[in-house]
Amino acid sequence: MQEIDVRGLACPEPVVRTMKALLKDPSGVCVLGDTAASKENIARFAAAKKYKLETEEKGGEFVLTLTK
Amino acid sequence: MKEPEVKLTKLSKCAGCGAKVGAGVLAKLLDDIRVRTDENLLVGFDKSDDASVYKLSEDLALVQTLDFFPPIADDPYLYGRIAATNALSDIYAMGGEPKLALNIMCVPKNMPKEQVHEILRGGYDAVYEAGAIVTGGHSIYDEEPKYGMSVTGFVDPKKVLTNAGARENDVLLLTKPLGIGILTTAARADMLSEAGRETMLRLMTTLNKAARDCMVKYRVHACTDVTGFALLGHLLEMAQGADLTAEISVKDIDMLPEAVALAELGILPEGVYRNREFAEAQVDPGDTPLKRLDVLYDPQTSGGLMIAVDPADAEALLEELRACVPSAQRIGVMKPAGEKRIVIV
Repeated sequence: MQEIDVRGLACPEPVVRTMKALLKDPSGVCVLGDTAASKENIARFAAAKKYKLETEEKGGEFVLTLTK
Repeated sequence: MKEPEVKLTKLSKCAGCGAKVGAGVLAKLLDDIRVRTDENLLVGFDKSDDASVYKLSEDLALVQTLDFFPPIADDPYLYGRIAATNALSDIYAMGGEPKLALNIMCVPKNMPKEQVHEILRGGYDAVYEAGAIVTGGHSIYDEEPKYGMSVTGFVDPKKVLTNAGARENDVLLLTKPLGIGILTTAARADMLSEAGRETMLRLMTTLNKAARDCMVKYRVHACTDVTGFALLGHLLEMAQGADLTAEISVKDIDMLPEAVALAELGILPEGVYRNREFAEAQVDPGDTPLKRLDVLYDPQTSGGLMIAVDPADAEALLEELRACVPSAQRIGVMKPAGEKRIVIV
């Protein structure tokens, strides 16, 4: 599964990169991020495009896994 | 229009009113600062209002405000114009007339002189359109550009419109559609349509002068401009200030369709979440779909006026506004204080 690192990026860059990754490979993506805003944005995108979303939080960072 | 070599919006992390310190954070920061007062100060910062108002005589009061932010548009002229329009708005929101403005500017050392000139030219043009003048300003070097103004205006002290004077049964009106923050965010990611871009720029460069000129003729009890704290943040201030509950109807609130579609995809500025954190506990969202709720929390740059008007004058004011502002809508009504300060139906 493709992995992207969006830590340190300002909104809406994290969700935009997630979108672009899924355009390349619609089966899924693993996103490593670090802000509540980007986590929420990506969750909204996942819901809109009907992706299954798994969230793992560690320290100030999170890993979101989107799968079809 | 020549394409700028360096996109201004790429030089900043957070655009426009999205860069504003969140209301909750701001309140905490200002919490134990000792405030001195003066019997002539009619409105000060302890009231979270749009501008301060100082009485000079029975018929004249001074209105002061300050606003600045990082680039919200790549075109320097438009950036300057938007920043100045946004700063002037707070004077209008108090029912006042702007007269004097001072530039506040931060420029990177390598910013081309033409770009600096264009930003200032935009600012000056907005001020002149308002019938005011620029009398000076101050600039410093900074890696990230910033621009805005300190504006001084005048108002009859007996006719000041604070954001706290709403009365029960007052009708709530809004003079510009919502979604500007979301559109500016999409623009930064090159995800905004050309039509959306034009609408966004047009809205941000529209002065609230026409709205103000209409509203002062009617029995308006409270007014604020909808900017960084979003509709819900500013409405919360109005409701708290008047000790009432604001009931708003989501289907009556004009939201830019492209903003709603972008909200559904998660193209949201960080400010949405800051505003949500500040106001959420006092909002009953009812069945409002998340994407529309996000637009209600979307920080606006240079947004419209939100007006609380006597019900007997509401229809007449609404009709007059419809002739001269981008979008005049009746969005709700003020009711007696309930469990929450804002109820969305």
